[in-house]
Amino acid sequence: MAEFQPVLLARIGKPDSQLLETYRRDGGYEGFKKALGVAPVDVITLVKDSGLRGRGGAGFPTGLKWTFLPKDHPGPIYLAINADESEPATFNNRILMEEDPHQVLEGIAISCYAIKSKTAYIYLRYEYGRSYRALQKAVDECYAAGIFGKNIFGSGFELDVVLHRGAAAYICGEETGLIESLEGKRAWPRIKPPFPAIEGLFRKPTIVNNIETMACVKNILDKGGEWFKSLGIPPDPSNPRDAGSYGPKLYCISGHVNKPGCVELPMGITARQLIDEHGGGVWKGRTAKAVVPGGISMGFMSASELDTPLDFNGPGKVGCLGLGTAAITVIDDQTSMVDVLFNCARFFSHESCGQCTPCREGTAWMHKILARIRMGEGQLRDLDLLNEVAGSMGIIPGTTICGLSDGAAWPIKNAIKKFRPEFEEYITTGKKTVKPAEALMAAH
Amino acid sequence: MPTVIVNNKPVEIGASERLNCIQAAERAGVEIPHYCYHHDLSVVASCRMCLVEMGDKKPDGTIAMQPKLFPGCQTPVKDGTVIVSDSKKVKDAQKATLEYLLLNHPLDCPVCDQAGECGLQDYSYEYGRGYSRLQEPKNIKPDKDYIGDQITLFTDRCIMCTRCVRFTREISGTAELQVVSRGTHEEIDIFPGDPCNNKLAGNVVDLCPVGALCSKDFLYEQRVWWLKSKNSVCPGCSTGCSINVDQNNDVLYRLKPRENPQAQGAFMCDEGRFGWKYIHADNRLTLPEQRANGQTVSKDWDVILPAVRNALKEAALRAPNKFAAVISPWATVEEAYLLATYARKLSPTAKLAIGPVRTVGEDDLYPKDVHGKPVTPTKFTIHAEKCPNRRGVEAVLKQIQGSVIEFSSVLNQVSKGEIEALYVLGGDPEGWIADADVMKLDKLKLLVVQDLLASAASAKAQFVLPGGAWAEKDGTFVNYKGLAQAIHRGLRGPGEARPDGRILMELSEKPGMFQAPALRKEIAKAVPALAALSVGDLGELGVPLETAAAKSELQPA
Repeated sequence: MAEFQPVLLARIGKPDSQLLETYRRDGGYEGFKKALGVAPVDVITLVKDSGLRGRGGAGFPTGLKWTFLPKDHPGPIYLAINADESEPATFNNRILMEEDPHQVLEGIAISCYAIKSKTAYIYLRYEYGRSYRALQKAVDECYAAGIFGKNIFGSGFELDVVLHRGAAAYICGEETGLIESLEGKRAWPRIKPPFPAIEGLFRKPTIVNNIETMACVKNILDKGGEWFKSLGIPPDPSNPRDAGSYGPKLYCISGHVNKPGCVELPMGITARQLIDEHGGGVWKGRTAKAVVPGGISMGFMSASELDTPLDFNGPGKVGCLGLGTAAITVIDDQTSMVDVLFNCARFFSHESCGQCTPCREGTAWMHKILARIRMGEGQLRDLDLLNEVAGSMGIIPGTTICGLSDGAAWPIKNAIKKFRPEFEEYITTGKKTVKPAEALMAAH
Repeated sequence: MPTVIVNNKPVEIGASERLNCIQAAERAGVEIPHYCYHHDLSVVASCRMCLVEMGDKKPDGTIAMQPKLFPGCQTPVKDGTVIVSDSKKVKDAQKATLEYLLLNHPLDCPVCDQAGECGLQDYSYEYGRGYSRLQEPKNIKPDKDYIGDQITLFTDRCIMCTRCVRFTREISGTAELQVVSRGTHEEIDIFPGDPCNNKLAGNVVDLCPVGALCSKDFLYEQRVWWLKSKNSVCPGCSTGCSINVDQNNDVLYRLKPRENPQAQGAFMCDEGRFGWKYIHADNRLTLPEQRANGQTVSKDWDVILPAVRNALKEAALRAPNKFAAVISPWATVEEAYLLATYARKLSPTAKLAIGPVRTVGEDDLYPKDVHGKPVTPTKFTIHAEKCPNRRGVEAVLKQIQGSVIEFSSVLNQVSKGEIEALYVLGGDPEGWIADADVMKLDKLKLLVVQDLLASAASAKAQFVLPGGAWAEKDGTFVNYKGLAQAIHRGLRGPGEARPDGRILMELSEKPGMFQAPALRKEIAKAVPALAALSVGDLGELGVPLETAAAKSELQPA
């Protein structure tokens, strides 16, 4: 196979890649101009036909989402960009925002034109200071150059882009939590329906999209839907709900590898390829015991499942919740799964917004149980209790308002199912391998 | 008619009704447990106690169930909706949710005010498990007695249903209460220095389904299973909130709003809720008293009642045009009728006046915005008119006399010597005459005062008759919009105080015992404006006086 040439990351690493001047030299904002020359509905059709699915984690078809907006709505319609990239070990949006903000902004401008929105909000997580400065500078440049504002390029289209910095909470990455937070409220996810496309930000129709999705939209305008569809994996005929996994994807590699980082590849690469060919292999000559496919809420792939293709359909086949953010975290064979799971539970307990009872109490309870097991005071029946708590927290959709509860419960069930002997050995032998990881993690 | 199937039982709902699963199930007699849902507050669907299985009955009769559980409070029903609340899946979810709610709950029921009327106790018994599987220490959260002048928060008992928060945002509009912190550590709190002291604050205690928000007034006073409850009406203003009077051994412990969509809705104000303390005041009149030349002649009902009767007869004979009766707007319709007819029997030209109608400020409308300005739609009104039955008394007086005489004009006539004999039926705890005017009563030849509390005016009376407070008698109050509601005798008065109706029956030698339903039927015939009282029993929700005649009678001037 010929070496894949990065598209989304094409400009990363070039000198002054954040500047409008260099961006335009590389053909920047031509796609936006092209879009302005056709009807908005044609842009939607183009994106829809390209097979682009949202890069935020759920993988919902982007063009289809756009068509959910009410027809002939008098406005305002809002575009809210989810840049609250808070899934652990995920940093693909960050690279785009820090190194090539104009690519993202062009995608936003095109999307706004397509959905007839005059205002886009970028909801940026607080921790991303460098992204904030880069994006703000880029936005200012765009206003100065007439790319944002009134009557853009003489087309009569107007657009305002507002950068909003969150206050650091995982739940703000949930689309309705994000909307509540943007409105200045506590980020408690909303009950759906109504979905944001009908009633979202300030009770107006709103589309919430991810940063990487915006970069994809920009490149679809440049290179066409056919190009996008030529990459990736077509739908799995055995799964009628699979809409295919097309296009390039940013994969993050972190954990116990020699060369952590973010790489762009066509969708469908396997975890083993990512580790060996792009992550420099597992560190210290060890082997991988488990890999998280994309954010810890997706669960774990065991060593025997590493040849699973990382597309929207693949991880689900091996018991993971889905592809998630495609940010693999490699866990080596010297790491205790008890410690890993304890960290997972602690994270979700800390980040549960506390609105729904099962999640608020369940995440904290699982954290307490795992802390006890980890301290060597566990009993074998605790594993069944963990399973039961995780089961009642919301594997069936509908137990809570948003998906955090499902995401918190999944790795617990998943890890106990796949690594039960290890947990049992830990509990019965009383082997205390508690590392001072807690101190390291306390910063979070 | 649209039909909903609840646990295999079909139930019809109105064609234009918008019901959720909880409401539809209630129609079928099925309780779907819930904490955060309250029909007067917005739906948050966060407690997850009301999860049910749902499906659709197709026209061909087949039923297609959805694979997931739905929160009943949030999900509307339509024709053909199938609700299942007793399947294993639902019961497991209920059991799990209750276990979560009780996980960090202190289980201090023996010292908790809510025990006996607690949502956690009731549902645990019905839907929960008998033990906790939590081995780790519980979260301990600090109690917050600073949360309001009348309310205190036992934070560790809270289940975060946020009903109280939504109440202060949506009904009072004052928004003092809020959620702080996150996840399992979150708590209800106030912004420092801004306690929850709005005039509707007491309602958050009722709304709290557990023992977290407690009333400081009621705290540790009684176990609720000792309390006996009677339906009544708050006399604090002309809103006429439906309430429950909770007493034990003739001691009133608390008033709670009783839901009545015809009257006030589900809430009541703190003025009414805590404004009953005069019922047990030290200056309550407890014995009847006859005085002559400043000396007590008798304190015996059996002596005094005939003496009053004779004195009134004499006075009416001596100067029939100088005879007047004053009926407080705190009196019931029945009492007003008894006294008015009695006075007219004694002297057909007797003047019938309504006691002073106290108004304080303006009507107080809720919710309010941040500047304290009312916003529409109005969800609760505290009326400026601080008496419960002006409309009822006026209806009686208009019928019997043709017009209503103001108390001020009676007082004028007294000071001019145009009235020599005066019968005052009081009931307003604030009294019926200003201190400056008491001297004017010296000109009277006969003053009979039937009242609650001893006062400078009662000290001048030849006869003092200790009456009953509103909670101590049966009768009818007509509120500002013409809703006639029944009040019931919840407790006995102190000492030898008697319900006013009984005193007037005995005085007027009307045959029989005082029976409010029977009297209502009589009044309905005699007073067309009150014809709606002909039902006798007004039920829990009261009866609107809705005939056209009654409406024109009752229109404010």
